[in-house]
Amino acid sequence: MAVLAEKASRGRRHSPDPADRERRERGRWHRLDMKLSPYMYIAPFFIIFGIFGLFPLLYTAYVSLTGWRADTDGSQHDFVGLANYSRLLHDQFFWNALRNTVAIGLLSTVPQLLMALLLAHFLNYRIRGRTLFRMGVLLPNVASVAAVTLIFVQLFGRDYGLINWLLTTMGLDRLDWQAGTWSSWIAISIIVTWRWTGYNSLIYLAGMQAIPFELYESAALDGAGRWRQFRTITVPMLRPTILFTVIVSTIGALQLFGEPLLFNVSQTPTSGGSQHQFQTMAIYTYDQFWSKFKYGYGAAISWAMFLVIVIIVLINLFLARRMRGIEAS
Amino acid sequence: MSASTYNRAAAAPPVGRVAPAPTSGRRRKKGRGVQLSAGAGTYVLLGVVIVISLFPIYWSLVGAGGTNATIAHVPPRFYPGANLFHNITRAFTLIDLRLALINSLVVATTITLSVLLTSTLAGFAFAKLRFRGRNILLAAVVATMMVPPQLGIIPLYIMMANWLHWSNTLAALIVPAAAQAFGVFFMRQYLITALPTELIEAARVDGASTLRVYWNVVLPVARPAMAVLGMLTFMAAWNDFYWPLVVMTPQNPTMQVALSALDSGYIQDYSLVLTGALISMVPILVVFAVMGRQILDGIMQGAIKA
Repeated sequence: MAVLAEKASRGRRHSPDPADRERRERGRWHRLDMKLSPYMYIAPFFIIFGIFGLFPLLYTAYVSLTGWRADTDGSQHDFVGLANYSRLLHDQFFWNALRNTVAIGLLSTVPQLLMALLLAHFLNYRIRGRTLFRMGVLLPNVASVAAVTLIFVQLFGRDYGLINWLLTTMGLDRLDWQAGTWSSWIAISIIVTWRWTGYNSLIYLAGMQAIPFELYESAALDGAGRWRQFRTITVPMLRPTILFTVIVSTIGALQLFGEPLLFNVSQTPTSGGSQHQFQTMAIYTYDQFWSKFKYGYGAAISWAMFLVIVIIVLINLFLARRMRGIEAS
Repeated sequence: MSASTYNRAAAAPPVGRVAPAPTSGRRRKKGRGVQLSAGAGTYVLLGVVIVISLFPIYWSLVGAGGTNATIAHVPPRFYPGANLFHNITRAFTLIDLRLALINSLVVATTITLSVLLTSTLAGFAFAKLRFRGRNILLAAVVATMMVPPQLGIIPLYIMMANWLHWSNTLAALIVPAAAQAFGVFFMRQYLITALPTELIEAARVDGASTLRVYWNVVLPVARPAMAVLGMLTFMAAWNDFYWPLVVMTPQNPTMQVALSALDSGYIQDYSLVLTGALISMVPILVVFAVMGRQILDGIMQGAIKA
């Protein structure tokens, strides 16, 4: 600011005539600056996004209509129309991946968000050392997927894993977590839940702190206990926040990749288990285009996956509206 | 959207936009929510949650200090053994962790600086400058945050491998992530309230160019938001997994790619795997220890910002 002031005073020292011209010139320059600069400032984002974001997105659609294989020269010009998509409809591995993804998605999101809501409720009490508690619940979220999954793979280990040791001390049988369908789904869901519960509870906590205190006061005067207040005030007031977390978690869950990939300790990680029992859509895409070199087919799976995400998010929104309607009537 | 895998942490702040808090219009000051005091039960419950949150990370330290024999020990030992430094040395000689660390540091730092620059510039323009098409372009920025980045990963790989010949180079990781819609939107949301329009007008009356306004007025005001955005970006870049796995090789890995190589099943040495996991988390844990409070505030403020 000091620089600006100095500049202005320097302008004033000039004699009237050149100063006038200078001002006019500066005015023109100023107008040009005002007109063009905004575009220059947003240009870096739009250029980078255009080249590395938008173009690949659109190009995926084109690639999905070809029989492009990385290991076959000239195959990128092999236009096959919708053949990849019709093949997809009969591809049992795609449907298997969709089923696994949805199942793990439900197992990891529903309990996670319920627990996050409860946790936020308790974090919202007046507690000593609240910053430490909040940082503690956020910690799992900052650790990387890869590191966390490797640690959990060890914890879920068949022979020496801590979790199986706990099971045996409780008199239960040890589990080969990777081998079973449900056991692998549950184990992967636990990893996801561990990473995201605290984060979502902080989002809920922020929403809770925006709820007017008077609502609770008057509810307390009416004799409502804490649990009742939680159900009749906190949850309804948080509905927009809850809807947001549901949608974001859904989108994340449908793209689940790192956890199930690294959870597989075999020599072929993209198989998603011996029976493909935890091969998610994202892993299947990766498997097709990276391990099997099928660019065209992989791109078709990508689009199908996007469609699934859109449909499920729309179902979420529809259910949310229905629920609000029921409550209002 | 950048090539980085979908980041829910990064997606949080626009929450208010998607779903405005029901109290908007008569919003309360922050921190004036329910303040019932906590009973002993609450402390016990929160204590259990904290233990569960910390345990897997602590367990990597236990494993990193042990050997396969101590890990297989029944009943398990819950304290770190004396092998930590031995294992760290082994991990560094067995796979190129040094290169992985350097690569990850270079990539995450460059992306962070670049995202801060592009986001403050565009965020300033969207928040405080008037220009034709502003609203439509801003809507475009928001819309790009909704698109799953995995959708474009095959063409992105084709671009890197066949056209630009960037595969297995750091440029393939840095350039696509150098500007991110989330950062632009985040800075715009911050500047629109934090930066007084009169301040800009005063500078303009003094004849300052917009670039000078950006440098002398916008950047100092934006500093707190830049700290939060910088840390979120750094952590997301450090932890990014899918795209680096696609475009890099174990010969030139990031930390996460090196970790996945450790897990490939060729090495059945748990203490080594856990050592790798621990080493990969150290930079993030340091950032979190130093700046965790700001990250916390950033996430929570972002969550209620309309």
